[in-house]
Amino acid sequence: MTTLMTRPDAASAPQGGAPAPARVGTGQGMVVFWVAAVALPLLFLGVFFAWPVVALVARGFVTDGSLDLSGFVDVFSRPRTWRIVGQTLAQATVATVLAVSLGIPGAYVLYRRRWRGRAVVRALVTVPFVLPTVVVGVAFRSLLVSGGPLGFLHLDGTFWAIVAALVFFDYAVVVRGVGGMWERLDPRASQAARALGASPWRAFRTVTLPALVPAIASSASLVFLFCATAFGTVLILGGLQFGTIETEIWVQTTQFLDLRAAAVLSVVQLAIVAFALTLAGRARARRERALALASASDAVRPLTLRRPAGSPRGDGHGLALAAAGATAVVVVLLCLPLVNLVVRSLRVGDGWGLDHYAALGSTSSGVPVSVWTALATSLRTALVATVLALVVGGLVALVVSRRPRRALGRRAVAGLDAVFMLPLGVSAVTVGFGFLISMHDPFGLDVDLRTSGVLVPIAQAVVAVPLVVRTVLPVLRAIDPSLRSAAATLGASPGRVLRTVDLPLAARSAGLAIGFAFAASLGEFGATSFLARPTDPTLPVLIFKLIGRPGADSYGMALAASVILAALTAAIVATCERLRTPTTGGDW
Amino acid sequence: MPRRQLLITASVAAAALALTACSSGDDDTAATPSGTPTAGKDVTLVTHDSFALSDGILDDFTKKTGITVKVVQPGDAGTLVNQLVLTKDAPLGDATFGIDNTFASRATDEGVVVPYTSSAPAAADAAKHGGGDGLTAIDYGDVCINVDHAWFAKKKLAEPTTLDDLTKPEYKDLLVVPNAVTSSPGFAFLLATIGAKGEDGWQDYWTALKKNGLKVADGWSDAYYTDFSGGGGGGPRPLVLSYASSPPETVPEGGGDATTGALLGTCFRQTEYAGVLAGAKNPVGAQELIDFLLSDEVQADIPGSMYMYPVSTSVQIPDEWKKWAPLSSSPFDVPSDDITAHRSEWLADWSATVIG
Repeated sequence: MTTLMTRPDAASAPQGGAPAPARVGTGQGMVVFWVAAVALPLLFLGVFFAWPVVALVARGFVTDGSLDLSGFVDVFSRPRTWRIVGQTLAQATVATVLAVSLGIPGAYVLYRRRWRGRAVVRALVTVPFVLPTVVVGVAFRSLLVSGGPLGFLHLDGTFWAIVAALVFFDYAVVVRGVGGMWERLDPRASQAARALGASPWRAFRTVTLPALVPAIASSASLVFLFCATAFGTVLILGGLQFGTIETEIWVQTTQFLDLRAAAVLSVVQLAIVAFALTLAGRARARRERALALASASDAVRPLTLRRPAGSPRGDGHGLALAAAGATAVVVVLLCLPLVNLVVRSLRVGDGWGLDHYAALGSTSSGVPVSVWTALATSLRTALVATVLALVVGGLVALVVSRRPRRALGRRAVAGLDAVFMLPLGVSAVTVGFGFLISMHDPFGLDVDLRTSGVLVPIAQAVVAVPLVVRTVLPVLRAIDPSLRSAAATLGASPGRVLRTVDLPLAARSAGLAIGFAFAASLGEFGATSFLARPTDPTLPVLIFKLIGRPGADSYGMALAASVILAALTAAIVATCERLRTPTTGGDW
Repeated sequence: MPRRQLLITASVAAAALALTACSSGDDDTAATPSGTPTAGKDVTLVTHDSFALSDGILDDFTKKTGITVKVVQPGDAGTLVNQLVLTKDAPLGDATFGIDNTFASRATDEGVVVPYTSSAPAAADAAKHGGGDGLTAIDYGDVCINVDHAWFAKKKLAEPTTLDDLTKPEYKDLLVVPNAVTSSPGFAFLLATIGAKGEDGWQDYWTALKKNGLKVADGWSDAYYTDFSGGGGGGPRPLVLSYASSPPETVPEGGGDATTGALLGTCFRQTEYAGVLAGAKNPVGAQELIDFLLSDEVQADIPGSMYMYPVSTSVQIPDEWKKWAPLSSSPFDVPSDDITAHRSEWLADWSATVIG
């Protein structure tokens, strides 16, 4: 039985006196609040995502003022198209399965267990997520290239090199997404199962895992979207023979300006993404229920290599050790390219030194600003993007966490949820080029937003919003509705319930969400590279410039700058994790 | 129950709101622009992401003319041209720099630029490099195979010199080139082989290259730093497609000879142009900027900043360039019109032949 400690989903509660579903307020103020909570994010997404994308895709389907869908026939009659669709699905699916199966033990070890150095490793695994792909390409390929440290594996330019890099990038997504949920899961449920005679493995499989399914499905859908739209990784590590829909859209748009083919491919991409989201949504919805959540400090136990004194065999210690072992291997593998990066950044001529780091303050290498200036720009931009993403994403999560009683309402909520995931599944090139044709004088205003730099944090926020939603939502959804009912029964107004029940609980996951959103904004390259002003490049854009110039010095500086970006990300993520308020869970 | 319907109503209202925002002009979300410039005082240069000039040069232009230059760099040369074509009804700026001879006729055919003949002293030099009446040549350079001298010296192997040498068995598994589809130097090398082997012979040449262990990397930096042995990244291959101007960057810190060199029998000549964009808000400022790009100040700065040769014959070429970065005396050439007419077809053929 999986319902040992989890409470029945309120929507299916049979008794008449069952707690009402999450209350949507009735007061005048609440009406305004909920309208705004839906309208504001939709407006944001509509203007800065849907409109540019639709504008560009429409160009591909309109010839001389009339609709022309012949592109579909044309594109689908090319055998290449089918190969590309197949490769996209294969790469994304294999990478997602791997990331999830490696990420679950990782989430357990890094979030459910306590040990020395945990904070460092947690931050470390997030680093790959923000590294510019061009740098990861260097870090990875110089390991795999024949003659390199891992050259004997003959992985260079293979399917598996791409998959490995995709897992490298997205491992953190699963670890953080699942871990955030797991550390709050009340341990009493599985303890009860164990007391009733279930083995540790069985207790995990029948109690813990089902409770985690929503979080796993959430993370898996994120990883799938990231993988299905990976661009630089695929090109650098595999080349065009492993081309995906995303790389093909890039080639057709930027190199051939074949907007017709690009539009067809964008529609195909959208269809795949929508299908994946529906699948994940189903898996989530079936398992999503109010869970007994505990405060992390109650649920997390120390991790020891030796069996705790006095505990019997079969106490799950072996399972924990296996998870720890698997995680250790993954962390070492993640570190290889990172260490390679650091080592290369210290290489000066035939010797070693900090010369490349010393050069970071200079603008001598033909770049418009120093690395430090670009770093400041990056931080400023990412900060604005994070605030935007938190406001928009927080509102979306709040709305989507409601459970309307009518099917139509539930569908509307699910639809809203899916719509905000789309920015991760649509090509950055489509968005970037879309901005170009839609933002020259938006709404008749006499401003050219395209070259103003204003769009940079906005484009980053569009990408970060889904991460915020996916991090905050599982926690909000797991809030026991009876908590809200109890508050209401005791006379709290709907607004007060929201303030005193939902917000404090959501705030606990805010640290995780902020860290995630900040990291994503900091590392965003695709859309930023189209929109950033050359005089104010962000750090990833500057690194890309540096590595595009000849000379060992530019190369060394690019690597040193990447190490700085990585270190900074790790520090920020670690700090954000500390932001999480350790309130006690005993009061509910 | 009103509260259940509320959510639906709210969603519908929001959707309606979003739609209105898209179609009408009464929204203020976007009203956070920087100050609107006075006409004529600003000029926007749209260029590729390799554009760079030394500090203070564009400020000198402002001092001389009172015009401030804003630079926009949307991507590589291909992305630049395609964005210019896409936005020609509402151009991204006033002037453009960086359209090269592989894209020139596409840009002029699409009407991206308007005719302008510069009156700068170097304009006569520029005219020798083509471009028609819409485009003004600013700089040029050769895309050639680069060789790691040290590697060949160590192996006591004679360095290859021609395109045909590259297909010989003694040079098996030694060459890396960037992808012609995703990289502009990669495409330039494809053009070199088309110029050398003819429109019907180049496919066989590439088949032979492939048989001889050719490696195709994604972009220039990937090939030069990861696969090439002489670029500083310590890769395994001693032959790479790069520029004739790359070798001076490999002169060791303490002086001495450049450790790499360009094979001047394998080159494609690339010329970069500037032009006044059609629909420019400040066409006069754009013209002045183009004149400035031809001035001695900018022309002399081009080798150090952009690794290209200036078109002007009146400025000094850096000494290390004379020594380590000579130009090819007989680069291969393909007419710009042919390139525009056949680009897609050639790239599709190339992909089929080389990538499979």
